[in-house]
Amino acid sequence: MTRPGSGSPTDPIMIQARGLEKHFGETHALRGIDLEVPEGRILAVLGPNGAGKTTAVRILTTLTHADAGEANVAGFDVRHHPAEVRARIGVTGQFAALDELLTGRENLEMIGRLYHLPAADARRRAGELLARFDMEEAANRTVKTYSGGMRRRLDLAGSLVAEPPILFLDEPTTGLDPRGRLGMWQLISELVADGTTLLLTTQYLEEADRLADEIAVMDHGKVIARGTANELKARIGGERLVITVARPEQLQTATGVLSRIAGDPQLDEPARQVSVAVAGGDGILTRAVRDLDAAGVAVDDAGVHRPTLDDVFLVLTGQHPDAEIQAEADAVAREREQVRA
Amino acid sequence: MSAVTAATRPAPTDATAMTWLADTWQMIWRNLLHIRRTPELLLDVTLSPIMFVLLFNFVFGGAISVRGQGGSSGEYINFLMAGIFVQTIAFAGIYTGVLLANDLKSGMIDRFRSLPMAQSSVLTGRTLTDVLRATLAIAIMWIVGMLVGFRPSGGVVGSAAAIGVMLLFGFALSWVGVAMGALVRTPEALQGIIFAAVFPLTFVSSAFVPTQSMPGWLAWFADRQPMTLVTNTVRSFTLQGDPGPTAIPAILWSLGVLAVCFPLGLWLYGRRTTQ
Repeated sequence: MTRPGSGSPTDPIMIQARGLEKHFGETHALRGIDLEVPEGRILAVLGPNGAGKTTAVRILTTLTHADAGEANVAGFDVRHHPAEVRARIGVTGQFAALDELLTGRENLEMIGRLYHLPAADARRRAGELLARFDMEEAANRTVKTYSGGMRRRLDLAGSLVAEPPILFLDEPTTGLDPRGRLGMWQLISELVADGTTLLLTTQYLEEADRLADEIAVMDHGKVIARGTANELKARIGGERLVITVARPEQLQTATGVLSRIAGDPQLDEPARQVSVAVAGGDGILTRAVRDLDAAGVAVDDAGVHRPTLDDVFLVLTGQHPDAEIQAEADAVAREREQVRA
Repeated sequence: MSAVTAATRPAPTDATAMTWLADTWQMIWRNLLHIRRTPELLLDVTLSPIMFVLLFNFVFGGAISVRGQGGSSGEYINFLMAGIFVQTIAFAGIYTGVLLANDLKSGMIDRFRSLPMAQSSVLTGRTLTDVLRATLAIAIMWIVGMLVGFRPSGGVVGSAAAIGVMLLFGFALSWVGVAMGALVRTPEALQGIIFAAVFPLTFVSSAFVPTQSMPGWLAWFADRQPMTLVTNTVRSFTLQGDPGPTAIPAILWSLGVLAVCFPLGLWLYGRRTTQ
């Protein structure tokens, strides 16, 4: 995402981490990570569960101390000047940090008062946020009665009470249904449009691609890659032309046709697909389909595919993130069930 | 690119004495809202003490000889009330730890930790709310006691002094609760510990029977432990209107517990919440 004024090399660094390490007993949650977010930019920290994303956020937001390394937020050392940092950040964690027995409005007013806003200002600000987040109807109900999506929205509203210039969102859409996710993306886009510096963590490649200026890919406590979405995609090669044929016996013919358009076609027989790297250039899809038709090959599907961040992750870590995420998500869900029971 | 060296906007306020007071008040307000939404949180300081006053008075009252410690009327109820007061206050005080442990389970503590508030106000708000709970308990017990024959002949000043001694003791114990609440994994575990520790202490004391009726070795312990010292002081203030010989040790015990558990509670809470 590009916004006016973003990307100048003289922008001050608002979030900076150097060599952060943290272990819990034998587990190394962080093995020395460096992060940097200039003012008004959005960094997505992308990685599967257990990569250390939440630990990094907790250190940067003063919730926990690093074992080694240093971190500065808004120019203040998080360890030695936590109050200064806290006065300038908003934090939305993975689990809604709300008071279940208070109403939505009471939660926001209390947070405002704890930022030491005068009572009238805290009330006004709570009203504004409830209106902006479309929650006025539920404002006077206790949070206990809220749905998961409403809790997330209120939680995000809570971190915006003092209009912080720096925002940390830890997996803001995990556990939301697709509609809730789209709504959250819309809210986040609006928030950062006014120049807020944002660090968000996510397991969703699409989310990082869509919201962030820059992406840091984390795995096993390390940043294993960083760059813009396009830079990361470029690392695993450019676009590919993918043809799905209607009849498996025509795969060889199709391969022959494609090899005349671009070099080194690759075959995926079970999927009835032939793909070939293309250097770009307009009309290549049209030409391929025309040549295949001329050769008598029946084509089911044809398209130029840009690599996704999924592919990036696969190349960088040697494993598909979603499989691991799904297994972890299932484990977490089971754990929560047990806690409830 | 250069790291910013100065704030981009002024910090709202530093943690001063005024903000600490304001934050503590916010925490008390939050706790009071909780009580309003779930009134059953008050059962331990309303229904339970009423039951104790009535049960002890009518079930044991006829069988227990108070050996001249029953005030002007010599009735058991006059002896009993100080014991019921102190027992209720002790339980309510340590129960603070269960309420804190519940809070620590919720995500709200993370929110507090990310705010520029006085972090200790979470604890001072908690313990001061429990002083209010204790005050309510005393008021209810006082009224029920008077309905069944309690006559505090120590007068208004003696009664006020007794209440002061009780609340100080309760406040000190609520910091014991804070320290324990920050240590235990689950509120349920703490409830078990409280039951196992506080019950024997209230029974091996002068709360319900004169310690002279106990075997010598037990009476020796009972006469010296804080529950007895506080109970005797409250009894002396309410019935005679004078502090009696135990007032100073009773107050010193409370202050001593506070001196240890206040910093210990803050430290344990800080350690627990930064993990």
